[in-house]
Amino acid sequence: MALVLNEEQRMLKESAKDFLRQRAPVSHLRELRDSKSMSGFSKELWTEMAEMGWTAILIPEQYGGLEYGYSGLGIVLEETGRTLTPSPLLSTCLMGVTALVKGGSAEQCGKYLPEVASGSHLLALAVNESSRHAPYTVTTTAKTSDNGFRLAGRKTAVIDGHNADTLIVSARTRGAANDSDGISLFLMPADHPGITIERYRVLDTHCASHIMLDDVVIGGDALLGELHQGAAVLDRVLDASVIGQSAELLGLAQEAFERTLEYLKERKQFGVPIGSFQALQHRAAVMFGEIEQCKSIVLKALHALDRDDGDIPELASLVKAKLSETAHNVAAEAIQMHGGIGMTDEFDIGFFLKRCQILETFLGDRYFHLDRFARQRGY
Amino acid sequence: MHELKQFKSEVRAWLEANCPESMRQPYRSEVDVCWGGRNWKFQSDDQQAWLQRMAEKGWTAPSWPIRYGGGGLDREHAKILKQELKRINARAPLYSFGISMIGPALLKYGSEELKMQHLPPIVRGEIRWVQGYSEPNAGSDLASLQARADDLGDHYIVNGSKIWTSYGDQGDWMFVLIRTDPQAPKHQGISLILFDMNTPGVTTRPILLISGKSPFTETFFENTRMEKNQVVGAPNQGWTIAKYLLTHEREMIGETGNLQSGAELLSRVAVKKLGLDNGRLSNPVLRTDIARFEIDEVCHQLTMERARDEAQAGASLGPAASMFKYYGTELNKRRHELLMAVGSHDALVWAGTQSHDGLVPRLWLRSKGNSIEGGTSEIQLNIVAKRILGLPG
Repeated sequence: MALVLNEEQRMLKESAKDFLRQRAPVSHLRELRDSKSMSGFSKELWTEMAEMGWTAILIPEQYGGLEYGYSGLGIVLEETGRTLTPSPLLSTCLMGVTALVKGGSAEQCGKYLPEVASGSHLLALAVNESSRHAPYTVTTTAKTSDNGFRLAGRKTAVIDGHNADTLIVSARTRGAANDSDGISLFLMPADHPGITIERYRVLDTHCASHIMLDDVVIGGDALLGELHQGAAVLDRVLDASVIGQSAELLGLAQEAFERTLEYLKERKQFGVPIGSFQALQHRAAVMFGEIEQCKSIVLKALHALDRDDGDIPELASLVKAKLSETAHNVAAEAIQMHGGIGMTDEFDIGFFLKRCQILETFLGDRYFHLDRFARQRGY
Repeated sequence: MHELKQFKSEVRAWLEANCPESMRQPYRSEVDVCWGGRNWKFQSDDQQAWLQRMAEKGWTAPSWPIRYGGGGLDREHAKILKQELKRINARAPLYSFGISMIGPALLKYGSEELKMQHLPPIVRGEIRWVQGYSEPNAGSDLASLQARADDLGDHYIVNGSKIWTSYGDQGDWMFVLIRTDPQAPKHQGISLILFDMNTPGVTTRPILLISGKSPFTETFFENTRMEKNQVVGAPNQGWTIAKYLLTHEREMIGETGNLQSGAELLSRVAVKKLGLDNGRLSNPVLRTDIARFEIDEVCHQLTMERARDEAQAGASLGPAASMFKYYGTELNKRRHELLMAVGSHDALVWAGTQSHDGLVPRLWLRSKGNSIEGGTSEIQLNIVAKRILGLPG
């Protein structure tokens, strides 16, 4: 498959860009922050996104979706990365939908996906339990009881956990704490008895949550995918998610770079634009090259997800490691090249570094994914 | 779509029948590369047969028009051929500055006579071309070159010298930049001229490099006759063509490393040398550097693939070639630094059969030239900054 966008995809990109520039520019994020939004996103905006069809992009047609694939959703995520627009696109429309499509029964898909497609139902995946990403380290237990399960444990760093209507929770049904075997996934309403959700705010206005599971009793139909074999579904969900995050990081890096490039051309010192200095030109040229490379690998990874081929785990970690490093360097260089004004809260450029750090850290930072990439290649 | 599938199976069958088994083995070293030319001694019958068979199909230059001996393939078909060659790990039938440099310039700027004269022998690997660009006092500032021509009506008499001529002592013909109008501003008095290296008044002298090898020569012209009908494009308009040709050279150098890296992944070499410890390379710090390198290698390859998907078949990548040149050469240098670290004491051995005459350290030292030849890394970054990013000054 050629590494280019087709006509339809270019149109989606343009319409996403126009919509977000008008309805949710970086000032939208600032307003949410200043008003101390509890959810961390705008429900009105989410309704409009649903009307645009974005909530349905990944969902199969039989469940009321557009079936437009990861390449389609990746385009939208890239554009929300440019405007730093907070929304549950990643948690619900990518992570939640992938978990249901890959692991869910027809009944489960039929129950949740049409509502997700219409924008009226939010999902969140609760995986991690410690202060760093470790998806197989699961001590939350799910014990069989009667015809169902009894869950106990604590989850953390749950993206949109406080916004979700339904949670997808990983729990141990057998084996030791770090085994990939013996992990199972469960669906449960967020307001189910025994569940306590504690919201916390991260660097910018985004929120995440801790989730306490205190003797949560659920039915056998809550099991998502096969008993003990949840890691297989989880792996694909996390691979797709970090590729989605990478698309967002790509948009973020491009926008931060373009803003910086404009500044280099207009800001004058010593009577000339600072962009005429070779020290800055060479750094800008290297950033440009790095971003071009990021475009290629994100496109390749999205294609691989859609075609379900290639070495997806290796590619996913490659992409997350590279995008984390590149976007981070660009966002930090953007502050440096803006000089003093780049340090001020009043100026928007600092938001890019904050958002970047959040995206990088959730679901595995560059160090996690460098290690995983090497293991995938057998060393 | 159906037609492409059919082409793919035809190519696969043809390669199966025509690519000798020995031409499907990884390159052991530079001696396995086929350069062709009047004085070429084929390493084996297989090497000769492989070149002849591919040349007959025009597949040594797959995207060139059929009337000049090329394969006449469009982008999609050329990509399939490339994939199928890669699939069987086939060696290139021919390495040629004719195909990668002067050919594309002739196709774009040459007269019909020049194309008919020079392109078919390039495709067949009969003439080996070399490049006369840099001079002792014209490196990064190439347009200040001083090799000059006296106009004698239908021909020029040329005096001066060139430096860094790759394989200058093995070339049959040279494409050379000569100052044909010394009065004009420096970018406007230059012509690109083709001439036979057997012409009286041409001498070459090898330059010994830090690798202990001499892949470059100096080339001297002493009252050398060059024909006016061998000027590419119009006289004194050579600079534009020279820059176009440079983008092809940079694209080619951007692929540097594929020759060696086609052989084996760096991490595999490292695992063989250092071993695993609980599934991870036993040196965790070196492992990180290798992983970073391998990620960047994939990034570079996919970006070249994307650029080709975006461009028309055979078209120049323009200033983007500078970016590929920069990344390709910096990557190749990193690769050889890491191979030295992996090799450790063994990588210090300079001679003897066990070290293949110091192949590892010699390639490492040779790689230092990658970010100098064809325009330094710093020049490439200047080009990206000014011509792509539009930065002033």
